Amino acid sequence: MDNYIISTKNLTKKYGSKVVVNNLNLNIAESQIYGLLGPNGAGKSTIILMMLGLTEPTSGEISVLGYNPTKEPLKIKRFTGYLPERVGFYEDMTAAQNLEYTALLNSIPEKEIPSKIDECLSIVGLEKEKNILVGKFSKGMKQRLGIADVLIKNPQLVIFDEPTEGLDVEVANQILETIANLNKDKKITFIISSHQLNLVQKICHKVGIMSKGKLIGEGNISELSKDMFGGNKYLIEVEIIGDVNKVAEKIKTINGVKEVSTTENAIHIGTDEDLRQDISKIITGTDGIILTKMDIKDFSLEDVYLNYFKEV
Amino acid sequence: MKSVLTIYRKELADYFSSKKFLILLGLVYLTGLTSIYVSLQNIRAAAQSSTDAFVFLKLYTTAGDVLPSFLYFLSFFIPIIGIVFGFDAINSERNSKNLSRLLSQPIYRDSIINGKFLAGITTMSIIIGSIILIIAGIGLRIIGVPPSSEEILRIIIFIFICVCYGTFWMALSMLFSVIMDKTATSILTSIAIWIFFFFFVQIIANAVSNAIAPITDNATLATQIKNFNIDLAIKRISPAYLFTESITILLIPSGSQLFLRAVTTADISKMLLNPLSLGQSLIQVWPQTVAIIALAIICFAISYIVFIKQEIRST
Repeated sequence: MDNYIISTKNLTKKYGSKVVVNNLNLNIAESQIYGLLGPNGAGKSTIILMMLGLTEPTSGEISVLGYNPTKEPLKIKRFTGYLPERVGFYEDMTAAQNLEYTALLNSIPEKEIPSKIDECLSIVGLEKEKNILVGKFSKGMKQRLGIADVLIKNPQLVIFDEPTEGLDVEVANQILETIANLNKDKKITFIISSHQLNLVQKICHKVGIMSKGKLIGEGNISELSKDMFGGNKYLIEVEIIGDVNKVAEKIKTINGVKEVSTTENAIHIGTDEDLRQDISKIITGTDGIILTKMDIKDFSLEDVYLNYFKEV
Repeated sequence: MKSVLTIYRKELADYFSSKKFLILLGLVYLTGLTSIYVSLQNIRAAAQSSTDAFVFLKLYTTAGDVLPSFLYFLSFFIPIIGIVFGFDAINSERNSKNLSRLLSQPIYRDSIINGKFLAGITTMSIIIGSIILIIAGIGLRIIGVPPSSEEILRIIIFIFICVCYGTFWMALSMLFSVIMDKTATSILTSIAIWIFFFFFVQIIANAVSNAIAPITDNATLATQIKNFNIDLAIKRISPAYLFTESITILLIPSGSQLFLRAVTTADISKMLLNPLSLGQSLIQVWPQTVAIIALAIICFAISYIVFIKQEIRST
């Protein structure tokens, strides 16, 4: 378990007879942005609680930063920042006062606190709002303050539960950009639990897909799409009137075509590049064939995700 | 320990700057000063001629024609103060989504409840202690009789019992704040229990004792004693009654001990009612005080255990 910042082995959590996390084997490497995906009730939040020592596993092993969260939760929490889905702050206190309280709880020397607060607030772009009551903050500002709050302790690992939930696209992108920069500059490992796959796709190096307490898929997006769609980046779908097999054979000769399959009146072509021009030339150059539709699909995390759940 | 202190300081600052603190302080000071005005009207003349060794304590125990004594006000207000400082201790943190953020910091979970509990006790002690001392100061200035050392000791013990009693109510309301999600539910439950103990236990005690041993015109002495004992036993399930008993005996050294047992008018006429010494008064109030402290500890222990075992989620 030593090479990973987080490692679980047959981790199981039961509430009564209900199995919420089922024999989970998860390894997250250092300095990675790891996306933990899955529908509600998949067990993502329970895994996070176990990582922080806020709930005990029923069986199995878990190691975070080399420590056992059940036995040494404080050591883990000293170097782990956690931003819950709905982050709360003391609204009658200013942004700086809230951060100061967090800093004191983390035993940061009092002399260092003011400069640390300024540094963290400038990372999230809230330096001008330092002395404003949090009660006057928008949701996006609170979320950014939440990032500053987790950074105050110089974390090695940060866990975000739905960090962009309920935010508009622009603010969500700013937050993701901040996360990506922190990962790049400070080598902080991030675990992001989210439903917003298009946003996660932008920054995650690796994703784990959870369903019913099990990890049903893991890897980067191209690895996952390879598992699902044979490793092709694009899927071109062509609908024609005429001899489908005859056209399919001709398409196979195009350089770059990796996979061709047919149905009654459609041809599915797997490729790594956009070959629509070449394909249309072949179709229009073949006698008795009329092209009725041509679509190209770029595999996204959402396709992978939806396909997993279609299979499950 | 450092984290308890950090939380304690923050909670203390919150209490002192909160509106509820200012309102409670104003209310307690207002009623305290009203009651001392009434008591001063009645004891000023008595103080100059009285041979009573405990004139100073009368500041707290003398009632007017219309207004009750400071003791009565205090027995009424202390539960309210305790409830106000405890009812939203945990569930307000949970509802404001601060609890999961707090628990993700490198602190033991019990630091949160301990810090809040200690801050509540401190704030209560300041409110209760300050009004009792203000009354003593005003009394000293106006009646011109300084308290004896025994009176000072009695006042200090009186403050201690008041704080213990307030701590019980705070621990009880804190328990509800741990087990109930909504602050409105926890405060209403706490107030319902206070009303039950403050008003209904006395009514129930009266009804039960009269049903078991009715006092009629020709009731025997044994029946009267039985009635008294049943009434007293039922009343003593109420912390409010235990508190009233203990502070009455402590602050009225002459004759108040008679409330503790069945005594006939004939017996009283044969008695020489010398005031109890401090030691004797303490022996009399010791069981009541221990019961109040034990109740506070039990309530806090339950809330502590429940809170430690609770799973805190952000959603």
